[in-house]
Amino acid sequence: MTTHQDSFTDKPYPQEEYLQSGYLSCQGCGGSMIMRHALKALGPDTVCVIPASCWSIIAGNWPYSSLNIPIMHTAFETAGAAASGVRAALDLKGKPETHVLAFAGDGGTFDIGLQSLSGAAERNENIIYICYDNEAYMNTGIQRSSATPEMAWTTTTPATFPKVGPKKNIIQILTGHKIPYCATANVAWPMDLIAKVRRAAETKGTTFIHALSPCPPGWKISSEKSIEVARLATHTKVFPLYEVINGESYHINFEPKNLPVEAYLSMQGRFSHLSKADIAHIQQRVDYEWKILLQRSMMEPFHMNM
Amino acid sequence: MKKVLMGNHAASWGAKLSRVRMIAAYPITPQTHIVEELSEMCSDGRLDAKFLKVESEHSAMASVIASETTGVRSFTASSSNGLALMHEMLHWAAGARLPIVMVNVNRALAPGWNIWADQGDSLAQRDTGWIQIYVEDNQEVLDSVIQGYRIAEQVNLPVMVCYDAFFLSHTYEPVDIPDQESVDSWLPSFEPDNFLDPENPKAYYGLVMPDNYMEMRYRLQQAHEAAKRVVSEVGNSFGNHFGRPYDLVETIHCDDAETVLITSSSATSPARLVVDKLRDAGRKIGLLKMRVFRPFPTEIVQEILGNKKTAIVIDRNCSWGKGGIFADEIKGAINNLSNRPMVYSFIAGLGGRGITPDLIEDIVKQVENSESPATSSEWIGLKPFN
Repeated sequence: MTTHQDSFTDKPYPQEEYLQSGYLSCQGCGGSMIMRHALKALGPDTVCVIPASCWSIIAGNWPYSSLNIPIMHTAFETAGAAASGVRAALDLKGKPETHVLAFAGDGGTFDIGLQSLSGAAERNENIIYICYDNEAYMNTGIQRSSATPEMAWTTTTPATFPKVGPKKNIIQILTGHKIPYCATANVAWPMDLIAKVRRAAETKGTTFIHALSPCPPGWKISSEKSIEVARLATHTKVFPLYEVINGESYHINFEPKNLPVEAYLSMQGRFSHLSKADIAHIQQRVDYEWKILLQRSMMEPFHMNM
Repeated sequence: MKKVLMGNHAASWGAKLSRVRMIAAYPITPQTHIVEELSEMCSDGRLDAKFLKVESEHSAMASVIASETTGVRSFTASSSNGLALMHEMLHWAAGARLPIVMVNVNRALAPGWNIWADQGDSLAQRDTGWIQIYVEDNQEVLDSVIQGYRIAEQVNLPVMVCYDAFFLSHTYEPVDIPDQESVDSWLPSFEPDNFLDPENPKAYYGLVMPDNYMEMRYRLQQAHEAAKRVVSEVGNSFGNHFGRPYDLVETIHCDDAETVLITSSSATSPARLVVDKLRDAGRKIGLLKMRVFRPFPTEIVQEILGNKKTAIVIDRNCSWGKGGIFADEIKGAINNLSNRPMVYSFIAGLGGRGITPDLIEDIVKQVENSESPATSSEWIGLKPFN
């Protein structure tokens, strides 16, 4: 298993910062680290659209801004549509090179924003959509979303009746739109994240990056453990790192250490109620999903004869 | 150039002549011809604009908010349930102070499904911060879209041009289409001071704490107060340039009238016939056409109704639990006058039922035979209940 983006990872770590000090996130916030690295990849010729999410706060209150690129805050369910509108206007003004970044949480992507995201993806709008997925409605106080993992605790899925059903597979939904580029990313691998955002930026059409975003208050972890927990998510195969080209061609970027899921789950208070049997159930599902991913990555991609 | 156009195509021509650059829309009966025609104009090159075929009305409004924030003149159109779906973003457009112009074809809200004329859809958007213009004929549709951009871009408020389903949207009338050059010389291009620009990065529409929110909203209200003057000035300037003047309201025979009939939208046309007929019969009756509903032209309404005996308001709408909306607003406007007319409120024509000259004459007769108005709106033309 090798990455297909060597030309992107070969570039040095960009020193420029577009996220300024004084931004209003919690300590150890994955969402802030994802934004920081995404902007390092995209550079200053970028317009950012932010729907309701933690980032509505992190970006700073009027008249301040924690980013030195232009931001348009927009309503919760509109990231796809708003990014499409910015894209259209920039193209009309003769600025097709300016990147349009939609930066949304899991609620704004998996749930309330899915319709407008699907609309934008179906039209193959030339936008970069990054979902920073902290696996619940963290900004409103840790309520479950459809990105919340099975059996996790949230304030609306108490430990006595935890989240029912598996996490929605957002990549499968997006690959179903046959957009040119989808990828997963993890803040514990910043160079991989930067490379994927670069690749998205150099791809014309809708590109989608699903980035795991550890959340210390929501996951009930200590803030200095963010990266460690995020790294375990990939090493346990809970959150594999891969890319999908044209919705067909799967490439796994990184071979996990194949650690037991317990190593990942036991570090987080949101899973502290799980029994041995619960953990075994989660392990089974993770192994099964990994097998599917492996099979997909070995499939001959579909080639259209034009 | 004179052409016979349906109301919807008059709206498309208004948008085209205003040189809109971005159109985002979702189809809904009876609005579809507007966007079909604009789509044709975009694809055959008559209009240099992008047509974004979004997946919902909510996304249509979200997209035009985004394109206007990027500094591009934008247009959309909707109706009924589609407008209702946009509600959240209508607040956003006005709060963001974006000069978007949209057309709303007034259609009844479901359930039950009803595609015919009713003002309930746009009047339910009364408090979203949009300027609302209710127009009477197809010429006024075209003229109001063009004026809409000039008004909107002067006061930084969005404008909704509203007209009745089928009575206007699907009815063909002769419409004078001005030359593009003539419109270009009257309507300046859109050059906003602030827009999304990587060379001048700013954050738009972010978090506003209580120590600033109220001042921002005060400015929104002030913009509406200023818009009363601007609507008049723009309507007057339009008249000087194109020969068809407009204002917040139109009055017919009001000066010496004792009774004033008050209508809006297409119901004004039959009311004109009734007033002429009753004038010929020696009655002191006038007609007040309410063209602009937001900002509400309080001062003008006070001036016109100040010393009248009777006002009769016909509403093709109802605020459930209160009554006719124009009637209610007019009562509110004249409440503090020492001399003010009795206001009779009638609800008629909901869900596409006709408001005919006969029906209007019946209303006037009913008022003449009564001593004082009922406490609530009277419904006209109801079938007997079993």
